[in-house]
Amino acid sequence: MTAVSVRPSLLNAWLMKPWAKPLLWLLCAVPLVALCAAAATDQLGANPVDRFIKEMGEWSLRFLWLTLLVTPLRDIAGLPGLLKHRRALGVTAFAYALVHFLAYAWLDQGWRLDDIVADVIKRNFILVGFVALLLMLPLALTSFNAAIRALGGRRWQMLHKLVYAVALLGLLHFYMKKAAKNDLAEVGVYAAILAVLLGWRVVRKGGVLAMLRVR
Amino acid sequence: MAFIRTSRQILHPGSGFTLPEHEVTPQAVYEDRRTLLKGLGLAAAGATTLLAQAEALAQQSGQATLVQRPGKLAALPANRSTTPGAYAMDKLTPYSDVTTYNNFYEFGTDKSDPAENAHTLKPRPWTLVIDGEVGKPQRLSLDDLLKLAPMEERIYRMRCVEGWSMVIPWVGYPLASLIKKAEPTGKAKYVEFVSLADPKQMPGVRSSVLDWPYVEGLRLDEALHPLTLMAFGLYGEVLPNQNGAPLRLVVPWKYGFKSAKSIVRIRLLEKPNTPSWVKAGPQEYGYFSNVNPKVDHPRWSQATERRIGDGGFFTPKKPTLMFNGYEAQVGQLYAGMDLRKYF
Repeated sequence: MTAVSVRPSLLNAWLMKPWAKPLLWLLCAVPLVALCAAAATDQLGANPVDRFIKEMGEWSLRFLWLTLLVTPLRDIAGLPGLLKHRRALGVTAFAYALVHFLAYAWLDQGWRLDDIVADVIKRNFILVGFVALLLMLPLALTSFNAAIRALGGRRWQMLHKLVYAVALLGLLHFYMKKAAKNDLAEVGVYAAILAVLLGWRVVRKGGVLAMLRVR
Repeated sequence: MAFIRTSRQILHPGSGFTLPEHEVTPQAVYEDRRTLLKGLGLAAAGATTLLAQAEALAQQSGQATLVQRPGKLAALPANRSTTPGAYAMDKLTPYSDVTTYNNFYEFGTDKSDPAENAHTLKPRPWTLVIDGEVGKPQRLSLDDLLKLAPMEERIYRMRCVEGWSMVIPWVGYPLASLIKKAEPTGKAKYVEFVSLADPKQMPGVRSSVLDWPYVEGLRLDEALHPLTLMAFGLYGEVLPNQNGAPLRLVVPWKYGFKSAKSIVRIRLLEKPNTPSWVKAGPQEYGYFSNVNPKVDHPRWSQATERRIGDGGFFTPKKPTLMFNGYEAQVGQLYAGMDLRKYF
């Protein structure tokens, strides 16, 4: 931990302020609030439901990527204060994935369970996304301090390595959706950023297995 | 009047009509329809039958077009079509949605791409070639084409294979008028449609998403069906570039991709061609591609559709109709055919 020895920057000092957390939570809510406002004022184009579902999915990926950026950024930029904000980013990624799914189940499928099941079987990319959402569930449910204490730090850390699987499944879900139209430029950007985020960990820990191990 | 509203509400649960009926429908038609509905008396007759009757009446009771021009492009005057089934009474999809939510891969694969990129298309001068199995091959300029037959206004439902639909007032004339001019030979059994593929005008053809040029195909009897339209306009004006200017096919009982845009060549053939989407995915797209709620796309259901511009955020999808609701007019074209096999 070289970063600890670095004199905390102004940014680091801000990160430790009491108002930093509520401010971040507010910022995390901005995309959802903006999208709901756009939906309410008919600003989401010709197919608002489709657009809403798509945007929520992409915002979930963006917050997941931000969550994975915390550790590299903390170490590289010397910002230990970042770590206490990772939870807000991760929980937002989960919340947006959940809204993404619920919007699909409600607005697209009208809560008809038999239709949803048939649709998920037909459209494999939905299954992939659904598995990613399920894997996020234990992470979201253990994202408060009491859960960490109950599990013990080591087991909690092991459990939360699942985030790598979630990120890969989320990317695969996005890829499968876009591959139908051979429209892979955007997916490529997400894949490249994830490759850097995970690659940095592999290099630092000295291998994929080492990355998955909890010290 | 109360009855019309009730039946409409049954047909479109949750849909909010922004205009009262009398504002979108001329008074005479409106009155006629009321008389007809009163004459029929009771709700015992199915709502679909009532609607068909009302449609027939709307077509008979006048020549003037019903649709308000948006005033964006040159006017293309037309009379109301009298062809059975050519005047759907569904709520029109707003012009802004019809012209900003398009699949026209020659300008990009995003729905918003055509509206953003199609300004580079030059719909004039334009030449359409009709050749192949014809007695009199044709080379027609846009001006020749525009005066070849009287323009008709037709309101068609359009169902995209992706699961959404629109209701669009087209302006054009039957494709049959055009094909007959070239005098198909006895050998002609199929028709091929070729769209423009000019990388200078169409940025999307530089990508390999499809094998350019875009080609489509119909059986000759489908092409000559009175509902098959050669469209030159929509909403009373010439076609916007993103909707396939200056001329496109509209086959309302087939998935939207069959209705080729910006056509430069029509070829009469002895054997069926291989349309672009069939070539791209033979398991997923068939030659016929008739709208059919019972035959799913391999990757999604075709049982329901999202009607663009009808209702709001919480409006449920509506059931998709066999042949997109044109079964009465076109069902006999496919009598005895296994529509699962010939999808």
